[in-house]
Amino acid sequence: MSQVQVVEGSEAVAYAVRASRPHVISAYPISPQTHIVERLAQMVADGELDTQYVRVESEFSAASVLSGASAAGSRAYTASSSQGLLLMTEVLYASAGMRLPFVITGVNRTISAPISIQVDHQDTISLRDSGVIQLYVESSQEAYDTHLAAFKIAEDPAILLPVMVCMDGWILTHSYERVSFLKQEEVDRFLPPFQPADFLDVKEPKSWGSYGEEEMLMEFKFTVYDAMQKGKQRIKDVFSDLSLVTGRDYGGLIEAYHTGDAEVVLIGMGSMAGTIKEAVDELRSEGKKVGFVKIRCYRPFPYEDIWEEIKNAQVVGVMEADVSMGSEGAVSMDLKAKVCGRANAPLVLDFIAGLGGREINMDLVREIVGEAEKVCKSGVPFQEPYWAGLNPSILP
Amino acid sequence: MKVTIGAVVKGGTSLGYKTGNWRDERPVLDMEPCKRCGQCESVCPDSAIHIIDEYYIIDYDFCKGCGLCAYECPADAIEMVQEEK
Repeated sequence: MSQVQVVEGSEAVAYAVRASRPHVISAYPISPQTHIVERLAQMVADGELDTQYVRVESEFSAASVLSGASAAGSRAYTASSSQGLLLMTEVLYASAGMRLPFVITGVNRTISAPISIQVDHQDTISLRDSGVIQLYVESSQEAYDTHLAAFKIAEDPAILLPVMVCMDGWILTHSYERVSFLKQEEVDRFLPPFQPADFLDVKEPKSWGSYGEEEMLMEFKFTVYDAMQKGKQRIKDVFSDLSLVTGRDYGGLIEAYHTGDAEVVLIGMGSMAGTIKEAVDELRSEGKKVGFVKIRCYRPFPYEDIWEEIKNAQVVGVMEADVSMGSEGAVSMDLKAKVCGRANAPLVLDFIAGLGGREINMDLVREIVGEAEKVCKSGVPFQEPYWAGLNPSILP
Repeated sequence: MKVTIGAVVKGGTSLGYKTGNWRDERPVLDMEPCKRCGQCESVCPDSAIHIIDEYYIIDYDFCKGCGLCAYECPADAIEMVQEEK
C-alpha cells in the first residue's frame, strides 16, 4: 500500500531522503537544486525529520561535511548543481577513494560561461572519472525510487562508494507530477540502518585515505575500479529488490524500448527519455524500425547490457547533453570504446543535443533519426559529432 | 604491505610505514668531533635521531634527508652524503 500525491520533483526527492533517515544533511543553495534542501530544512524545522542539518559556506564544505559524517558512520546527504558540483570535485574524488557511501542529488544544470541556470548534463558528466556512481532518472517518480535505492547501493559492503542521483533541473525538479510514496515501515524494511565495518571512533583510532606510495597506489586504484565493475550486478539486485516493494520496474542498469528488431537505436539519459519514447512510438506507427536505450546507470558504464540491445542494429545514435571540448560527447566515447572491434558492431553516431536548456522535442528526435537513416543507407558514419538544433545563422 | 579498502589504517601504526626511501641525501655522523650536545635530536622533524647513553643513532628507516641536523650541528660532525640506489 502506498499513498499518491501530486508534488514538485524536488519535494519527491525530499520525501525519499526523509524516509531514508539520514543522520547528517549539509546544504548550500544553488539553482535548480535549492527546493530540495529547502524542503528538507522545513521538515527539520517542523520536527518531521531528525537529522543534523548543517548550513555550510560552500559546496566544497558541503561535500567535506558528508565525507567526515560518513567516515564517522553516519548516513549523509546533500544536493547541488553545476558550479557547485564542480567545487565539490576534489572532495568527491577523495571520498570515492576513501569509500565513503553518502548520497548526492546532482540536479543537472549547464556550466558557465556563459552564465545560465538551464539544464544539461555537463556538470555531472564532468565527474564521471571520480569513482562516484552516477544514476540518471527520467521522471519524479523514478527520482523518488532511485534515491531510496541510492543509499542501499552506496552502503553495500561490496561497493562502498558515493552515489549521485542525476536529475534534470527544472524539467524534473520544478514540475509537478503524480508520485506514489512508500510507507515509512516499507522503506525501513528495504533500507536498514547504515552499519559500516570501519568508522571513526576515539576508542579505536583509525585514519582514512592514508598515504599510498608508488608501490601500492595502482593496486589501491584498482580496488575502486573493481568495486565499480562488480557493483553492476549489485546495483541490478538493489533495483530489483526495490521493484518488489514499489511494484515499479524501470529495468536494471538500462531500460530498453522497442530494441528487438530496431535498425536504428537511440541512446539517451534523463528526462529526454520520455520524449524519445514518444517519438519512437510515432516513428514505429509509420513503419520505421527505431528503438531506444535509456541509460539509468552511467557509472559504472553498463556496456554489456547496452550491447545486448544494439548488437543487431545498423546504426546507434547517442543523444547527449554534454560535450568534451576537443573531442565529442562522453557517452558516445564510452560506447565507441566498448563496441570498437566487435564483429558486426553497429555504427555509432554522436548527437550533441539540449545544451543549456535547448528543447529536445519530437521534431529534433525525428531529425536525428533521419540523419541516422542516411548513415544506414550510405554505411559511412560521420566523424564529428552532429550538433542537433544548432542555429548557424547566429554564429559570429 | 596489503592495500586496505578506503586506505583505512589503525592509529599507532606509523612505525610500520617506513618513509626513509624519500631521502636523496643521507646524514652521516662522525662521533669523533661530536660534543653530545643533542641539537641534532631536537631539530629533527621526524624524530629520527635517537640518543642512547653516549651514542647518537640516526634511524634511516624514517630520516628523510632534510639536512637540518647537519646545518645546526655546532661541531660540524654531520655530513650530508648523496644517496645511491
